[in-house]
Amino acid sequence: MKPAPFSYFAPRSLHEAVGLLVEHGDAAKVLAGGQSLVPMMAFRLAMPDVLVDLGGVGELEHSRVEGDTLVLGAMTRHRAVQDMGWLRTRCPLIVEGVELIGHPAIRNRGTVGGSLAHADPAAEWPAILLALDGEVDAVGPNGNRTIRAADLFQTYFTTALAPDEILTEVRLPLPDGAPTGSAFVEMARRHGDFAVAGVGTQISLHPNGTIVDARLALIGVADRPVRAGSAEAALRGHGPTEEVFAEAASVAIGEIEPSSDLHGSSDYRRHVAGVLVRRALTIAARRAAAA
Amino acid sequence: MTGAVDITLLVNGKTYTGRAEPRVTLADFLRDELRLTGTHLGCEHGACGACTVLMDGRTVRSCLLFAVQAQGHDLATVEGLAPAGGAEGLHPLQEAFHRMHALQCGFCTPGFLMSAYELLQSNPRPTEEEVRTWLSGNLCRCTGYQNIVEAVLAAAAEPEPEAHQ
Ligand SMILES: Cc1cc2nc3c(=O)[nH]c(=O)nc-3n(C[C@H](O)[C@H](O)[C@H](O)COP(=O)(O)OP(=O)(O)OC[C@H]3O[C@@H](n4cnc5c(N)ncnc54)[C@H](O)[C@@H]3O)c2cc1C
Ligand code: FES
Ligand code: FES
Repeated sequence: MKPAPFSYFAPRSLHEAVGLLVEHGDAAKVLAGGQSLVPMMAFRLAMPDVLVDLGGVGELEHSRVEGDTLVLGAMTRHRAVQDMGWLRTRCPLIVEGVELIGHPAIRNRGTVGGSLAHADPAAEWPAILLALDGEVDAVGPNGNRTIRAADLFQTYFTTALAPDEILTEVRLPLPDGAPTGSAFVEMARRHGDFAVAGVGTQISLHPNGTIVDARLALIGVADRPVRAGSAEAALRGHGPTEEVFAEAASVAIGEIEPSSDLHGSSDYRRHVAGVLVRRALTIAARRAAAA
Repeated sequence: MTGAVDITLLVNGKTYTGRAEPRVTLADFLRDELRLTGTHLGCEHGACGACTVLMDGRTVRSCLLFAVQAQGHDLATVEGLAPAGGAEGLHPLQEAFHRMHALQCGFCTPGFLMSAYELLQSNPRPTEEEVRTWLSGNLCRCTGYQNIVEAVLAAAAEPEPEAHQ
């Protein structure tokens, strides 16, 4: 239960951090909040020879609103987002999702960049990014690039990031214009555990009351977070009614491939996901109507 | 740089120096190097909360942080909870745990105390549900949670103490 030996570097700038990754290649890993990497090192599932600690890279800690976009530096802690009081009304999906991550001590350390790079299929941040059609920036030896949410998550714990790339910034478009409501709900065995299944949603209403835009992102139900595109299509143009939500739920559970494990069988997860889709849509619709 | 390095930490207002490899967690460094054995280790992978300490006023799992990372930060462990190093009695949370039988073997207690301390700093009058939710990251394997929750609520009902700086 003790991590294997490694060399430790604490760069003060992004430039320096990238240089260290280039120098040490596959032997190196970046350390962000350590809330996933350090347990993996304790289990010796990860044995990097070199750790590049991003904790001292101040450039990665910014957060701001630019127009209708929430911009978060990769090292923004979960807790810092939870503490953005205004965000709770503007986009509850984000704050509710973040509040479901582990426990206070985990949220004090864990970072948005670390969660996205780690890409646990049951993690909340990837669903938030997907549901909001967000994007991330990454920097590597060949410079900067932007990766859209839809292209980031590949399979279990695997993203489009190269080993020598550092995720630097996350951009989340916030709702504007049309009355919009959002929500994040999940089912976990105990409070703070990873979700058996979870759903983040955002819906926007036309002045005539019908749904003009719907997003559904599901976690814990496949090898990566899933956007339920067909269920979203089934919602558009319809009124936010119980029947429409039930139909969307039955379409959504056809778009996922849950696996069976200790915490639930594939069928059970599918069932839970359907219930959560209806629940999330009901809350989001209520909020949109009140907006 | 896998070999031992000098590490200087500020713990409970006092500066300590020791040597350890970068792979040594803050929890092991506190216990083995600084002999501050109040911080306990249960799971060593972030699940149980026994190793909870405060860093810059916020709880962290000291098993998920390397001692080298904690340099330059303000750390507080259970040893620093009682005012004046215990010369003036226990902290109200400790008092309440004692009085209300919120510990049996005591293994989980330091972690619960530090977590509860953080809660009361940000929310001095929590509801029972808020206490339960907040403490969900700390596991107790023998006392059960009822008395722990009641002790935290009892401490919250008391006037705010002068805490460790
Ligand atoms: C008890 C417990 C419960 C938890 N419960 C949940 C939960 O319910 N939901 C949830 O989502 N998470 C949960 N977590 C995990 C937590 O959210 C982590 O904070 C998160 O998954 C990883 O973020 P981190 O900053 O700690 O990253 P680290 O652990 O430091 O790193 C994780 C991985 O990402 C890489 N990485 C980190 N930052 C970057 C970057 N900027 N660029 C490129 N690569 C990077 C690292 O090299 C490593 O491979 C839990 C953790 C614990 C210990
Ligand atoms: S010993 Fe650190 S959380 Fe269990
Ligand atoms: S008092 Fe024994 S584990 Fe909690």
